[in-house]
Amino acid sequence: MASTAVPGDGPAGRGLLPVPPALREVLPDGGLRRGAAVSVAGGDTGLLLALAAGVKETEGGWAAAVGLPELGLAAAEGYGLDLRRLLVADDPGPHWAEVVSVLAGAVELVMLRPDGPVAPKLAARLAAVLRRSGCVLLVAGPWPGAVLRLGVRSGRWFGLGDGYGQLAGRQVEVVAEGRGSAVRGRTARLWLPDEHGAVRPVREPQALEHPVLDHLAPDRPVTAHPVTAGPRATGPRPLEQAAVV
Amino acid sequence: MSSTSGTSGARGTNSTSGTSGTTEDADRTPRVLVVWCPDWPVVAVTGDDPVAVTEGGRILACSAGARAAGVRQGQRLKLAQRLCPALELRDRDPEAETRRFEPVVAAVEAFTPRVEVIRPGLCAIPVKGPGRYFGGEEALAAKVGTAVAEALARRPVPDAVPGAEPVPEPAPTPTPTPTPTAPEPAAEPPTAPAPAPEPPTAHVGVADGLFAAVLAARAGVLVPQGRTAEFLAPYPVGALGDEALAELLGRLGLPTVGAFAALPPEAVADRFGPVGTVAHRLARGLQPRPLVPRDQEPDLAVEQRFDPPEPLAEPLVFVARTLAERLHQRLAGAGLTCRRVAVEVVCADGRAASRLWRHEGRLSATALAERVRWQLQAWQGAGTFAASVSGEGGGFTLLRLAPDGLSPDQGRQLALWGQAVADDRVERAVARVQAVLGHAGLRRIEPSGGRGPGEQAVKVPWGEPYEAAAPADAPWPGRLPDVWPAVVLRDPAPVRVLDGAGLPVTVDGRAGVSARPVLVVFQGREERVEGWTGPWPAVEYWWDQALARRRARFQVVVGGGRALLLTVEGGAWYLEAGYD
Repeated sequence: MASTAVPGDGPAGRGLLPVPPALREVLPDGGLRRGAAVSVAGGDTGLLLALAAGVKETEGGWAAAVGLPELGLAAAEGYGLDLRRLLVADDPGPHWAEVVSVLAGAVELVMLRPDGPVAPKLAARLAAVLRRSGCVLLVAGPWPGAVLRLGVRSGRWFGLGDGYGQLAGRQVEVVAEGRGSAVRGRTARLWLPDEHGAVRPVREPQALEHPVLDHLAPDRPVTAHPVTAGPRATGPRPLEQAAVV
Repeated sequence: MSSTSGTSGARGTNSTSGTSGTTEDADRTPRVLVVWCPDWPVVAVTGDDPVAVTEGGRILACSAGARAAGVRQGQRLKLAQRLCPALELRDRDPEAETRRFEPVVAAVEAFTPRVEVIRPGLCAIPVKGPGRYFGGEEALAAKVGTAVAEALARRPVPDAVPGAEPVPEPAPTPTPTPTPTAPEPAAEPPTAPAPAPEPPTAHVGVADGLFAAVLAARAGVLVPQGRTAEFLAPYPVGALGDEALAELLGRLGLPTVGAFAALPPEAVADRFGPVGTVAHRLARGLQPRPLVPRDQEPDLAVEQRFDPPEPLAEPLVFVARTLAERLHQRLAGAGLTCRRVAVEVVCADGRAASRLWRHEGRLSATALAERVRWQLQAWQGAGTFAASVSGEGGGFTLLRLAPDGLSPDQGRQLALWGQAVADDRVERAVARVQAVLGHAGLRRIEPSGGRGPGEQAVKVPWGEPYEAAAPADAPWPGRLPDVWPAVVLRDPAPVRVLDGAGLPVTVDGRAGVSARPVLVVFQGREERVEGWTGPWPAVEYWWDQALARRRARFQVVVGGGRALLLTVEGGAWYLEAGYD
């Protein structure tokens, strides 16, 4: 019933669901095509959340998370999700497909981790529901018939030394593969997340030459790193806190 | 919570305040009798003694043995288990609570049909009619107490509810003979032979107005007419049930209900608005809202007839949702809110049952429909309709929701619920999902405060109001920095952290780390540590022995460029979250 309810903007407004600017270049259409299923291979939660953050740009749009009880809500907020417009169904169990098809009629985007492997027939049925409603389905894991498959390659965390520093960001290479116009693999090098917990493109290509491993060398000063020298350097120092105790 | 400082002994000493209110209000607050069964969620689940019922990761109620070990309401599970290792944890089962409360309600119903169930474990009746009939308030209270104690002493019949999960009953004891008229139900000695479990107790209290009567029941006293304000005076302002107001009053130097009640009503209305006025009226032993005489009470009841009669309860539940929505629309259209809702069911053979549920403008349509479902299951469990429904040509013919105690809506809902306004589409979808997954199956997010990644937000069942326990914008020394983990484990998983010599890494009381961590062993897999930092000590509730918790958090990067958040507590390491 609700799945037949087309969102108010109608077929004309059915183009794309916006994504944060940093992710635009990696997506063939520059956004998430409404009514499509996108698979985040490997289930990288950070990428999943970053992709979902664009829902905020739509007018009063809601998002839903189905079967993702371990979603870091604070991280989701960092990426730009509006938690006040997020519905969570932690344990849908075998009812996940029913829940997704009902929610698809009401929200702009559903994040999903299905309860086990998905039969192609079921995926096709849900695809029809999604097309009708214009809702985007982001699946953590494989999905039969996904329009687009996104993955994270060579993730590397920055900011930690040998007993000092704090996590200040992760550099990843996001890879997109898809059907049709997006048949060629696209890649983008991103901070996912950056030091503020959001997503942004990597500007200094040489940054990758200083991975965390190098920090273990005691002669390399940590301030040489572009990220730790950033605005977060004034954040809470773990050992100072310890002295108070 | 159930501080018994307001018993009759304390009443005599505190005569300075509380007498101011009752003079100017002509409307006499009706006398109310409340029956309170302590720890009802625990009674309903029936486990061995140190048992506790949990909801949302915290202790909701616990048995006497657990309480003796230091377990308290609102505690975190981990802490409770540490305090009482033998503690058995059960999930809350509201349906079982309603079902097991049914005999109690039936016993009270023998005195007056106007029984109001506030929640399972707590119900109220007006004293006015039955009080006169049964020979005064005291006689009525004693009779109700005896009847309830008898109802509680009977073992519950094994479940016969279709579709409801069976309640695990320990060793089905043969029905013990009802305790021969216990005169003091509150302090019933365990005279029964040793193996028979002690029957749950009930307390009876009488006072002016429901709010005071609930407190009177907790204290187990009968407050004489017109002296309710005196009875309430020693209670802390927190008892009024408005946390924000209580905190503010505390800071203004008004720690007790009596001190608050002594303020002039106009000043309270000026300073605190409608919410404050309601609390102030409660503090003075008055009705929360003055009764507004109306020319004619509009009939806002909604009903659905079934023809042919419906033999199953499930379709009624679906109808209840639509009815509840319609009822709320009609109430909103008239600008009214109701204090109670009566759920009425009629069967083909003319049998009928009706039960009042507390509403106060707080329940959403979904929550109201949920209560209808609990009620129907409870009636089925008690066999109320067994003969009417199963027989040939039997079934339900009518479901009716009737609002009761109408008063003008002062916009309480908006003030209470800070949630984003959901449009119809979302509300409808939510209702459908909740029909599939249950009321708590779909939740929304409210910001919260804390140091760890799992404490930054809480999930609240859609349709329930939420009052924040910990403010999000308060300073949280020892809070983690801004980059938050994308995956937060529901239950921290035990890990081992080893140093270069293969020995476990320890953290001492001054947050000193024994050695540089080199290996993290998680589920038998060894990961080399490539970078680490910490500890971030989080010392919580050090002023409260029962709640105190010391933890230290570490950020660790392990092989393959993955970052983890590790916690060390009581010498053991846990994986709390992963930065994905």
